[in-house]
Amino acid sequence: MKATGAPSPLKATGPRRRWGDRIFSNLALASGVTILALLAGVALFLVIEALPAVSASPSELPEGKSLVDYIAPLAFGTVLAAALAVVLAVPLAIAVALFISHIAPPRIVLALGFLVDLLAAIPSIVYGLWGIFVLGPAAVPVMEWLEEHFGFLPFFEGPASVTGRTMFVAGLVLTVMILPIVSAVAREVFSQTPRKLQEGALALGATRWEMIRMTVLPFGKSSVISGAMLGLGRALGETMAVTIILSVSGIVTFNLISQANPSTIAANIALNFPESSGLAVNTLIASGLVLFAITLVTNLAARTIVARQNIQ
Amino acid sequence: MEAHAGTQSLFAAPAGGSLWRRKLTNRVMTGLIVLAFVIALIPLFSLLYQVVKRGLPGISWEFFTTSSRGVIGGGGAAHAIVGTLVITAVTAAISVPIGILAAIYLNEYGGGRLRRALTFFVDVMTGIPSIVAGLFAYALFALFLGPGIRLGLMGAVALSVLMIPIVIRSSEEVLKIVPNHLREASYALGTPKWRTIVKVVLPTAFAGLLTGVMISVARIVGETAPLLVTTGIVDSINANPFEGRMQNLAVYAYSEYRTPGVMKQASYDRAWAAALTLIAIVMILNLVARLVYRRYRTEIR
Repeated sequence: MKATGAPSPLKATGPRRRWGDRIFSNLALASGVTILALLAGVALFLVIEALPAVSASPSELPEGKSLVDYIAPLAFGTVLAAALAVVLAVPLAIAVALFISHIAPPRIVLALGFLVDLLAAIPSIVYGLWGIFVLGPAAVPVMEWLEEHFGFLPFFEGPASVTGRTMFVAGLVLTVMILPIVSAVAREVFSQTPRKLQEGALALGATRWEMIRMTVLPFGKSSVISGAMLGLGRALGETMAVTIILSVSGIVTFNLISQANPSTIAANIALNFPESSGLAVNTLIASGLVLFAITLVTNLAARTIVARQNIQ
Repeated sequence: MEAHAGTQSLFAAPAGGSLWRRKLTNRVMTGLIVLAFVIALIPLFSLLYQVVKRGLPGISWEFFTTSSRGVIGGGGAAHAIVGTLVITAVTAAISVPIGILAAIYLNEYGGGRLRRALTFFVDVMTGIPSIVAGLFAYALFALFLGPGIRLGLMGAVALSVLMIPIVIRSSEEVLKIVPNHLREASYALGTPKWRTIVKVVLPTAFAGLLTGVMISVARIVGETAPLLVTTGIVDSINANPFEGRMQNLAVYAYSEYRTPGVMKQASYDRAWAAALTLIAIVMILNLVARLVYRRYRTEIR
């Protein structure tokens, strides 16, 4: 909207006008740049505060272990809990998304979407309390059954916990927490499946399920994958539910149902940070930096898939 | 969707089996999908029911009006409610202007590389784990004010890292659907761009922006992890974000659970009461936001 050279009443207020425009656009630009600075700042300040732990000798660190030995079991627990949640959540989320996009009567679709979104709105501390007081005890018989019938698998080796404070229950709670994220992405893309394809399949005599299998699912595949990775990112960083539910013992094991579980990076920080001082704090921040890196890579991968699909 | 053709022509081969079998598969799969949906909703209803059932006994006048200061195994959550209000207000005061201005940049000004990079990094930012945001705020303040520092403001900075991307996303969405002819009409009257944005675009989008702000407040009001490492745990009322520890309802619920008093059950009751209060706040914010947004959508059409 440049005022051109032509003589006009606009000219009188021209300079002042440009002033306001310049200030306002720079303000908006500054806010945008703040975002980039913030993201860089997160990485920068974590690195600064993590450095003392990196350069310290093992004997000065908590538990007298080297930094790698301290973080590795935590990283293992983090990935195990998140992987369990994603494995359980993805099929469920696909089904939920299909139900809302293709099966439920259109009248109630909005309300159903709202219900699923509510799952995402519940604070994680509430999930934690629910997990330890309600789901944990309820899961004990299930875990005993798993031990009895599938005890030959390393995951269900047992002995089954009697309190329900296990990796299995933590994984279940994480499943519920990431379900709305994965299903929201899936729902979005399923409902964008070209009508022509769907109607074509039906016209050729496909049943509804065949139509879904041959048009909707292939169309949504890469979006579902990126949704799953977003869910993975969320599950990796989830703190309070895991902090409350897991009874931790710092070991590395695939056994999901016993009393002794590996902790996760986030839960370990929440448990120990409030009472820590000195190098212990730096160590925890170093572990947080590792968590940041893991989630960053996961999210970048997910976003790249989305971005690539948008171009197509 | 009753479109099963009687013939088995084209689909017989890839789908396999007789028509009867294909119909059966269709039924079974539909049944499984419905079942999965029902299973997915069980936790929601169980959780809401349990929170109400276990939370109600702890809800009392005392719970909302007294703090836990100097009481052993009793007291209320007044300090946590004050903390929730202050921390949330400061967070919103930081995040809303930055978020909306950044959305204005993205939608009204931005172009080319910077815009694409910003969009991408806002997405990445939504993926930052909340505990990492807390550690960032701690690292930032500890560097300048010394280790072991705990402040309400630190908590607000941590929560802003989580809230800003949500505000940007929702505001961008809303600004996008402001009809272009409104902008053009304003330009045609010789109004400069910034006044067009302030006087035409923003008022049109106001209800939508409000919805976005409410939803993002609902997201951060129940955060626990970032506050554990930045605002700490405290049992007396503190309304000053620039001095001393502070606690919100979520951290209160956690500390009542983690370190119960002599009367264990009473502590757990208070933890559940805090959980119920939080859920009520979140639900009300979400519901009101939906209603406002619905009005907005009909108005703009």
